[in-house]
Amino acid sequence: MTSTTMALPASHPARKSASLKRDRRWALITSYVFLVIFAIFFLIPPYYMVVTALKSDAEVAHMATNPWIVANGFTLDQFKILFTQTDFLIFFKNTAIVTTCVVVITMVVSVLAAFSLGRMRFWGSSILATGIFLTYLVPDTLLFIPLFQIVKAFGLLNSYWGMVLVYPTLTVPFCTWIMIGYFQSIPKELDEAALIDGAGHMQMLLKIFIPVALPGIIAATIFAFTVSWAAFVYPMAFLYSADQQVLTVGTVTSLIRADVYKWGMLMAGALVAAAPPLVIYAFLMDYYIAGLTAGATKG
Amino acid sequence: MAEVALHQVVKKFGDVEAVRAIDLDIPDNEFVVLVGPSGCGKSTTLRMIAGLEEVTSGNISIGGEVVNDLPPKDRDIAMVFQNYALYPHMTAYENMSFGLKLRKFSKAEIRQRVEHAARILDITELLDRRPKALSGGQRQRVAMGRAIVRNPKVFLFDEPLSNLDAKLRVQMRTEIKRVHQKVKTTTVYVTHDQVEAMTLADRVVVMNKGLIEQIGTPHELYHHPRTRFVAGFIGSPAMNFIPCRLEQSGAGLRVRISDAIAFPVPTANEGRYRPVAAKELVLGLRPEHMTEPRHNGRDDGCDFTATLDVVEPMGMETMVYFTINGTEICGRVEPKSAGEAGSAMRLHANIDHMHLIDPASGAVI
Amino acid sequence: MARDDRYRVENSRMADTVQTWVPGLQRVSATRTARSGFGKFLRQRSTIAFLFCLPLITIITCLVVYPTFYSIYLSMLNKAQTRFIGLGNFSYLLSRDAFWMVMQQSAIFALSAVFFKALIGLITAHLINNLPSKGQRKWRGMLLVPWVIPLALSSLGWWWLFDPTHSAFNWVLNGLGFGEIPWLSDPYWARFSVILVNVWYGAPFFLIMYLAALKSVPEQLYEAAAIDGANAWQKFIHITLPMMRNIIAITVLFSLIVTFANFDIVQIMTAGGPRNMTHVFATYAFLLGIRSGDLPLGAATSLFMFPILAIAAVFILRGVRKRGREIG
Repeated sequence: MTSTTMALPASHPARKSASLKRDRRWALITSYVFLVIFAIFFLIPPYYMVVTALKSDAEVAHMATNPWIVANGFTLDQFKILFTQTDFLIFFKNTAIVTTCVVVITMVVSVLAAFSLGRMRFWGSSILATGIFLTYLVPDTLLFIPLFQIVKAFGLLNSYWGMVLVYPTLTVPFCTWIMIGYFQSIPKELDEAALIDGAGHMQMLLKIFIPVALPGIIAATIFAFTVSWAAFVYPMAFLYSADQQVLTVGTVTSLIRADVYKWGMLMAGALVAAAPPLVIYAFLMDYYIAGLTAGATKG
Repeated sequence: MAEVALHQVVKKFGDVEAVRAIDLDIPDNEFVVLVGPSGCGKSTTLRMIAGLEEVTSGNISIGGEVVNDLPPKDRDIAMVFQNYALYPHMTAYENMSFGLKLRKFSKAEIRQRVEHAARILDITELLDRRPKALSGGQRQRVAMGRAIVRNPKVFLFDEPLSNLDAKLRVQMRTEIKRVHQKVKTTTVYVTHDQVEAMTLADRVVVMNKGLIEQIGTPHELYHHPRTRFVAGFIGSPAMNFIPCRLEQSGAGLRVRISDAIAFPVPTANEGRYRPVAAKELVLGLRPEHMTEPRHNGRDDGCDFTATLDVVEPMGMETMVYFTINGTEICGRVEPKSAGEAGSAMRLHANIDHMHLIDPASGAVI
Repeated sequence: MARDDRYRVENSRMADTVQTWVPGLQRVSATRTARSGFGKFLRQRSTIAFLFCLPLITIITCLVVYPTFYSIYLSMLNKAQTRFIGLGNFSYLLSRDAFWMVMQQSAIFALSAVFFKALIGLITAHLINNLPSKGQRKWRGMLLVPWVIPLALSSLGWWWLFDPTHSAFNWVLNGLGFGEIPWLSDPYWARFSVILVNVWYGAPFFLIMYLAALKSVPEQLYEAAAIDGANAWQKFIHITLPMMRNIIAITVLFSLIVTFANFDIVQIMTAGGPRNMTHVFATYAFLLGIRSGDLPLGAATSLFMFPILAIAAVFILRGVRKRGREIG
């Protein structure tokens, strides 16, 4: 790991520059070799999912050919089956509704709170900020059993509206936390200037803070979106009929339960279900990554 | 257009008294500079006038009306910040018009005012740019434009030039002065740079440790400082402070700074200093009054010889540093008459310009 | 310069003090005396700040704090939730071999997965950091893909890769002349498999965190070390590691919590089997609480996670605060 992973400029004053150059080139080549190996490890499952989804049922079932390639011709049959003969589109619609609602609720709640905690301060506000971080660390698997009772009490068991109720526990604390960090990084003079210009609190938030902290808003929105799109424990515990099911659970339970495992169709379903987060990631990678790292470096 | 008055204004942060009961009257149209070292309370004072800090006690009035409880936006003031505080997501035009928009001015009026201010500041071509695309000096102009368009009663500047490089600072200093001459709005300007204070101000307010040391025109502060602090703070290089003793010499008085060196007090001043004769005092003399002899060889008793420690040629003149009785003293001499470091040099103290300071109270006698 | 810094400190401290200005307040001096005490209270800056926080406080109180305490109460009831049985559920769990196995597997699962995630994350972060800067984005983007796919769906993909009769891995092994591996049907291989998937999923997160931390180390430090005669390994030990220690600690502890509480992978790939040997706390609690309908017992099971998570959380908080101070 030493010489291969650390190709910082070599530092032997005695050596000639030609050998320095050679050292660097070798370090670079080793880096690429190892990166390719890791990339293969990281990309095997998605690759195999794509390959499977493009095969015919017969090819998947018989294993007569190399499973890693599409040998008997590409087909989109699996997607056709998925969309026409299963409840997949219902799951997709449910997930879209739940995610949209949760993202809106999360952003409104956390931006308001972050503005207040990061900028205005009141009695107990710093304790609250710490408390928010701690609630972010409470995992859903600790909460799903008591929440089962609460969702039931609301009469929302087996309704995707129940998800709109409970998903914010996954998204709000973290989004608030990183928005506090973003808001605090805005210079104090900016709100003082706005104050002198005659802005009230709401105008300051809407016209100054939100536009200036837009990268943070985008990062938080992406976080809220990906988390509610991928949530699994709550729907697994609280939803059971197909018309209310969301994508993650629907794909791994309802589609499987159908009859024999139709792996091609399952993989097609998993791919379509995973597509929205992947598309967002592809286009907004920098914001996505900023949101990921913000939790540990901001606030 | 309005006068600003502070009456017994106090600001405490917890137990710390940042501003201790200051009084200050600023007439209409005046350009006042608050100057002092960091932590002297000058920024706090400005922020209290702006309404960004509440006063702990005392009154602040603008245009005759007490504004203690008015929020900043209702005080009809405009402020230019040290880091400009331009809204990064708005163009220069939007930055300048934001305050007007919030005050519901008509579009046409806003356009006219912004364009007028832009002409004054010569930033008409920059109005479509965002702050990121502007240089430091241009941002400074936009920040000033944002203040001008409001046509407020008072301009407040909080160290507006300290983020600029030396050359630009001089340029913008002139610019600010020019703008003030044009718009003639009452201005309160905070800086820690005494040169800025001297060049800009109609009157300078020197603050120290939450108190006002002296208020006066630049000329008054320079030539007639009332305290040792003001004497030392204004002027660069700083005034020399030399421990001395005022002794009787015949009918007159003499300022003795070492066993070998004593200067006769000009007869005109004798009356003033007679009460403190025979006391341990501090002699304050500016470097420009510590020169090579310039009186055609006629010694008036103020010439002396010193061994130079350091010689700093500045071009127009040369700074010489020497030590008398353990006190380092700076003199300002003609380049051609300066000796080399280590050599002895004949020097002359222009004692007419001396200040005698009571070391206990720090007051200039 | 020192003077300027002090000025800034002074300034920021002053700016922190509470201001009580309020929106929409015209000609205060005229109306001030007439305003009722409650109206003033409503317009106070701190009151508005509190109102802005109210939705958040409501959500956290009702859906996190209350359930946590409710969970403790629930865990002390009998299955029908009709009788208070004290610590009966806990002692029942502790008397069962299956539960001890869950604890053991949770520990193995979390510790080994986090260790390998951290290791792979560190290596890949360094590899990417070595590349010319214009290539870094592409590689980083590629290697983060596992983290972006919803875990439930990628677990499904892995399950298919591990399929007993159709495993594509086994096809390769056969081709190379090795025997087939019972990925999910042998208890020990199953344990290996779920850990492997977790490492695959979580390593990119470490990669991103480390890469960000590496970028924050000032280049001059390396240049100074190079002039002092440090080789690559010494630079790593004496500069990189100390500068990243905090972020590594935060990431490891955070990952420990998430891994420890993981549900998706095990639930989808093995559902706890074979012979209950891959169960972790979350899946076991799901089995008892939801599948078998004994909510109190399930609550008790997941509460066993609590002390471990709480300790990790305290240390994370300390690390984050320290890090916040370091980067100013």
